[in-house]
Amino acid sequence: MLDLVNIQTYYGNIQALKNISIHIDEGEIVTLIGANGAGKTTTLMSISGIVPPKSGTITFLGEPIHDLNAEQIVARGISQVPEGRHIFPYLTVMENLDMGAFLRTDKRNIRADLEMIFEMFPILSDRRHQEGGTLSGGEQQMLAISRALMARPRLLLLDEPSLGLAPLIIKKIFIIIKEINRTRNTTIFLVEQNANLALHVADRGYVMENGSITMEDTAAALLVNEDVKRSYLGI
Amino acid sequence: MEYFLELFLGGMTRGSIYALIALGYTMVYGIIGLINFAHGEIYMIGAFTALITASVLTIFGLNPFAILVLAGLAAVVYSSAYGFTIEKVAYKPLRNAPRLSPLISAIGMSIFLQNYVLLAQTSDFMPFPNLIPEFAFMEPWAHIIGSSEIVILAVTAVAMVLLTLLIKFTRIGKAMRATAQDRKMAMLVGVNINRVISVTFIIGSSLAAIGGLLIASHIGQINFYIGFIAGIKAFTAAVLGGIGSIPGAVLGSFVLGWTESFATGYISSDYEDVFAFSLLVLILIFRPAGILGRSESKKV
Ligand SMILES: Nc1ncnc2c1ncn2[C@@H]1O[C@H](COP(=O)(O)OP(=O)(O)OP(=O)(O)O)[C@@H](O)[C@H]1O
Ligand SMILES: [Mg+2]
Repeated sequence: MLDLVNIQTYYGNIQALKNISIHIDEGEIVTLIGANGAGKTTTLMSISGIVPPKSGTITFLGEPIHDLNAEQIVARGISQVPEGRHIFPYLTVMENLDMGAFLRTDKRNIRADLEMIFEMFPILSDRRHQEGGTLSGGEQQMLAISRALMARPRLLLLDEPSLGLAPLIIKKIFIIIKEINRTRNTTIFLVEQNANLALHVADRGYVMENGSITMEDTAAALLVNEDVKRSYLGI
Repeated sequence: MEYFLELFLGGMTRGSIYALIALGYTMVYGIIGLINFAHGEIYMIGAFTALITASVLTIFGLNPFAILVLAGLAAVVYSSAYGFTIEKVAYKPLRNAPRLSPLISAIGMSIFLQNYVLLAQTSDFMPFPNLIPEFAFMEPWAHIIGSSEIVILAVTAVAMVLLTLLIKFTRIGKAMRATAQDRKMAMLVGVNINRVISVTFIIGSSLAAIGGLLIASHIGQINFYIGFIAGIKAFTAAVLGGIGSIPGAVLGSFVLGWTESFATGYISSDYEDVFAFSLLVLILIFRPAGILGRSESKKV
């Protein structure tokens, strides 16, 4: 479904991604783990067209997308929940959700999706007229995921959804991620520093170090890999 | 009491004109974080466009009200074209440059446009036709408020209501707010940032052009320099209210208009600007973010 081949991305003269290749099949949950500054966020920003790669190709559903702008990439069916959630602070919960559906015109389906989201996260329904910036961290993460879902993506990019949340909320968020993948048939690319958690929900995983992919395997295999255990699982 | 009322309404009229200009400063600042120093010139160009259109139409003997509307339309279209083009030529290429670069580019644009109009129209004040006849029914109150002031207040009120509806309820309005709050996130949900920025410049320029037409027909004469002075005043009003805030720009404009009007009326007209800027300094000392502004730390 998504293929990154030899991607190189720069910030000015600084090379953040060094020739990385990643492959994701339809229906999978694939995770990308790595330390701070490894280049995980940059990878997602390259896919979304915010920091376009300098060389290499990105193919989505058989068509190249590395030359498209961010708007066109969303329209193709890739939505991102960025690191730090990025809720529009002075838009209401409802308006934040509306922004998620910004490029859609199918009013009736939008309504149905909204109801589905309020069923999944009843708290958002209670808070629908409240400004996004006033929500708690956990609620903001739910809103960020919901906003991305309002675009009806084929592929959902999640950047550290567990960041700064209490264990109970993290558990809930990950159950929802799994459920989105299963019931809505949404493919998921999950960036996480919490490798243990990520490898438990994912089918496959990539390990990134200093802008390069250093390992790639099934999640089950990575969980028992000695290097991964030592570096990322803290065992 | 009547004198007070006269000053109050006079201040409000001034404030309305400032508000029409200040909104352009504050909206552009809200979206791209730039003080668009060329904005006063957009207003001046609006006034000149209205003057030229009105002069031509007067020759054809149209009725004044029709001339007013057509001159306003011409001013809006022409000023918007300038605002749109200035952004594309002078600011867009510098979008990722250090903050100072677009600011200097803006000052350059302002000087360029002033001199361009100076060359084309000379520095003489040009008489502006009086397009707003005295309303007969206003006769008894004519010493308190004139018909052109009533038109200014009414047109401004309508423009504010339309702008509020646009920002609050339309798709482009929501996209503008989202972009102002978090540009990268707006891109991630599929907002076309370039379009939002262009629309912001067009709306700001249109409002300034309406201000240009109204003030020109109220005062009765214009020259190339009116944009500089009005621009600084409106910018002051925007900062006073809290730059980036739309209600703030309107409130700041009225506060400034009233301050000037009452200071002139009760103390001395020589000190009009002294009072205006003293007020600015005072407010910035006690509320650095302006009356309705959000402090930077809260903004993030
Ligand atoms: N806007 C930027 N300008 C310059 N360098 C950047 C920028 N953003 C990221 N970098 C650099 O690129 C490298 C990769 O950063 P990135 O944010 O992709 O890492 P990450 O794996 O997401 O880290 P974390 O786990 O801390 O979020 C880092 O060395 C970082 O300093
Ligand atoms: Mg990151």
